[in-house]
Amino acid sequence: MSSCGKITSVAGTVIKAETVKPVANYEVARVGRERLLGEVIRIDGNVADIQVYEEIDGIHVGEPVEFTGELLGIDLGPGLLGSVLDGIGRPLSGITDNSKGSIFLERGFLARSLDPLKKWVFTPAKKAKDPVYPGDIIGFVREGTGFLHQVMAPPGVKAGPVSTILPEGAEVMVDETVCILENGPEIGLCQRWNVRTPRPFREKLPFNEPLITGQRVLDTMYPVALGGAAVVPGGFGTGKTVTQQSLAKWCNAEMVVYIGCGERGNEMTEVLEEFPHIIDPHTGRTLMERMVLIANTSNMPVAAREASIYLGMTIAEYFRDMGLNVALMADSTSRWAEALREISGRLGEMPGEEGYPAYLGSRLAQYYERAGRVRTIGVPDRKGSITIFNAVSPGGGDFSEPVTQASLRLSGAFWALDKRLAESRHFPSINWKRSYSLYEKALQPFFRENLGDEWKEGASFLKALLDRESELLSLVQIVGRDALSEQDKWDLEMGEIIRIGFLQQNAFDPLDSFNTPKKQMLFTRTLRELHSTVSEGIGKGVLHHNVQPLDLLRGVLILRKSGEENFPGDASAWLTKVRRSLADMEEPCR
Amino acid sequence: MKLYREGSRLVKGISGPLIFVGNARNAALGEIVEIQTERDSRMGQVLQVDGDICAIQVLEGTLGLNPGSCTIWFERDVLKVRLGQALMGQTLNGRGLPRDGRPMACYEKEVPITGSPLNPSMRESPNEFVETGISSIDLLNTLVRGQKLPIFSGSGLPADEIAAQIVRQAHVPGNPEKFLVVFAAIGITEREARFFRDSFEETGALFNGVFIVNLASDSAVERLLAPRTALSIAEFFAFEKGYDVLVVMTDMLHYSEALREVSSAREEAPGRRGFPGYLYSDLAGLYERAGCIRGVKGSITQIPIVSMPGDDMTHPVVDLSGYITEGQVVLERGLQARGVYPPINVLSSLSRLMNKGIGEGRTFPGHRQVADQLFASYARSREVARLRLIVGDEGLTEKEKHYLEFGSVFEKEFLNQGDRARNIEESLFEALNALSVLPDEELYRIPSDLLEEIRRSRADVK
Repeated sequence: MSSCGKITSVAGTVIKAETVKPVANYEVARVGRERLLGEVIRIDGNVADIQVYEEIDGIHVGEPVEFTGELLGIDLGPGLLGSVLDGIGRPLSGITDNSKGSIFLERGFLARSLDPLKKWVFTPAKKAKDPVYPGDIIGFVREGTGFLHQVMAPPGVKAGPVSTILPEGAEVMVDETVCILENGPEIGLCQRWNVRTPRPFREKLPFNEPLITGQRVLDTMYPVALGGAAVVPGGFGTGKTVTQQSLAKWCNAEMVVYIGCGERGNEMTEVLEEFPHIIDPHTGRTLMERMVLIANTSNMPVAAREASIYLGMTIAEYFRDMGLNVALMADSTSRWAEALREISGRLGEMPGEEGYPAYLGSRLAQYYERAGRVRTIGVPDRKGSITIFNAVSPGGGDFSEPVTQASLRLSGAFWALDKRLAESRHFPSINWKRSYSLYEKALQPFFRENLGDEWKEGASFLKALLDRESELLSLVQIVGRDALSEQDKWDLEMGEIIRIGFLQQNAFDPLDSFNTPKKQMLFTRTLRELHSTVSEGIGKGVLHHNVQPLDLLRGVLILRKSGEENFPGDASAWLTKVRRSLADMEEPCR
Repeated sequence: MKLYREGSRLVKGISGPLIFVGNARNAALGEIVEIQTERDSRMGQVLQVDGDICAIQVLEGTLGLNPGSCTIWFERDVLKVRLGQALMGQTLNGRGLPRDGRPMACYEKEVPITGSPLNPSMRESPNEFVETGISSIDLLNTLVRGQKLPIFSGSGLPADEIAAQIVRQAHVPGNPEKFLVVFAAIGITEREARFFRDSFEETGALFNGVFIVNLASDSAVERLLAPRTALSIAEFFAFEKGYDVLVVMTDMLHYSEALREVSSAREEAPGRRGFPGYLYSDLAGLYERAGCIRGVKGSITQIPIVSMPGDDMTHPVVDLSGYITEGQVVLERGLQARGVYPPINVLSSLSRLMNKGIGEGRTFPGHRQVADQLFASYARSREVARLRLIVGDEGLTEKEKHYLEFGSVFEKEFLNQGDRARNIEESLFEALNALSVLPDEELYRIPSDLLEEIRRSRADVK
């Protein structure tokens, strides 16, 4: 039921309106003659505070406000795949179609997230008399070049037997009904869901499977579990966006929802230009066909930034309910928190830490807890997951600020980006000392089963050696490099080889940008063998400065370009060569 | 002349640059008002409306305003700037009027200076190399057409000179006749403004540039309008007339301080260092007005200058600028002290769009690798220099001594180019020359053909 009101006050992104009839909290409102979209966020007597999702310059006091009686929702259905939406679910390509080719965003524009006229070919999975419960798969349509978009009975539908269902091959548009139940409910191709309400599931499952990112430093040293949450904080220029984009490109999730929340417009363009041309190594389709992009760039209205992460989460949950593993990336949580702060400031609320509202932590928690690995409702029985990768942009690169700290409490993996590493162009610039993963233990059985004990040993070897290296580096600061023992000098060099050869990974080199866990394990094995081989030689009297000309680092850099199949062969050939040179050096020592 | 307009005489209070007016019927956010006194007439903009009371920022300042004797006329319009080809070669004030104060009579259109956000799905990735003639930018932090690349500078460091040098030397690919400089002086001193004017006059940029000047002595509120006016003009020339526009804005710190001044007069809750919580969104509204558009010829490239108070990169204005822009050029006092010009710290500088503008067909094959090698080696040489302070020369190995020498050649010869322009080949030559100091096994990133060249140059020296 819609009702009307009148604007009484305007400040920044928040307006006050007098209402005639009572309105609901978070009810959607259309503000002013231009009918800008907004949402009620506070009610005081007959005055409602409304956050407006569009620029409100030029809005007069006294203009009308229409309260729609609905909460902010989105249509979920075929056509989402590969689309670009703004923070409140309007397709950005659609905006320009309607505003006659303007390159700028126009105001007050209303568009559906799904194309209402496109026809989809339906294949039923149920037949007449079959019982239908909420969440049941009743059929599917094919989207893109092969994605099976499951059509599910919406949560909350009254269960009952099928009365009629469309036959195989029927062409249907998103607003049409595909199935009618005997007790009345009609199930359409698309369903509407309020973005602030979590979609239901049957139960949460434990974290026991990793999400493979293809990044050596992450998978081998700080893995994240399917359904887990990883936080990627870093000051500007530390490579947050490149890291996020690498994850979006190479992780083995079946669906990626990427939220550009208050970041640069050109970064969205980059994704839009690049992803349609990159083939997903896991499915063979283009990356755009497993992607939904939400672009609410920094210059777009602040309130929509606040809504954008709920929108992204709702879309992720919808695909999770189909039984898919979804990766949700938000870049960046800090911009979302700032939007929250700005709106809270306009409302005149009492500020908490650094001006952020006191409810920052609880809002973040509501968001993070919507992630996880679940058994979905409905039949057939499905397992799906949402894994969160959230970038955080702490002011001045200081991780003690409230948004980083609140995110850390809620997530299980912490990948700290480091300015000094970024400055020497060490990418991904993930600091191996500060980062951690709480999923390591839970994932151990999985790795043991698939790759043997070597996986864990390899990771401990890398960590121990890097630790030893930093110890030695501080020692060198005091006594100089010459005072070290030969073995220590070699450990130092080995540390460098691991840092440059293994931890660094070139996101722009097609041969290096993605590594399977198998190859990561072979790589670590080679490094371990290299270390023990040379250590042995040094034990037999070889001097470290004789090892240096072997150019081991270059060898490792060449080796890492070998494909997974050739890797064992190439590695052992190279190691044999190294062994032989070492043996030649041992001769004169005797 | 308007036949009818509404006004109010009920000025309830004056605070800093703001006046609070009652009896304002149906005022709009951002609306322009005329403030008429016995002696003069001023201009204001509505910041906030609450019922029939509104807060108005006065562009000329509130000095001498008497609540009893002024009338506020509501213009029922937002602040607009007049656009037309005739702007070329003009000097305007912060709100887009020629310095004589009379609006331009001939114009093609009028647009609100706040502009609208660009639709991200209509953008095109910037991907054309812009040769600035400065080695440390061209080779290591490449500027790309349509990028926003600020210069972070401390007091006394030559940011102005470098910006002027870029304007003088930059070659934008494509049509050189369709190149235009829009310069926004935001709260800078007469001396700095004069420097830029003289420098642009020398190069001829003055004749087809547009200059928006708000001096330190001008109103602080107008400072908030100056960059918006400049960018509206830039958008007009870029996206409607097909020009490649280079926008230089100096100094964004002054802009942010003006924002803080108005915010504190409005008694808003202060964020870091007293700046308002919406500083990020506000700055983004400016910096994001740059880029290339699909199917449109022109482009906007931005070079804002941001002062770092006390050389502090974590200062909120600098920090937030870094989060919004596509990289940064950082000036360093240590280099300046060692007599290096331009004193660009290449390690903390960054160009995020670099990869799109370099490589075969754009600059030269192997550009990325050479840049990576220079970064890694120079970072190492700085580490060694620090180590040397503790352990002395005797504590260093042979290899470390090579690095030390590399660092000094890199700074003295590669960075220190003076105000001469170097083309990309010359820059590469200097880079390889510096790298030739290091032994081959340290040059593990360099592709073999360039390594060959380094060996040759080493042999030449011998």
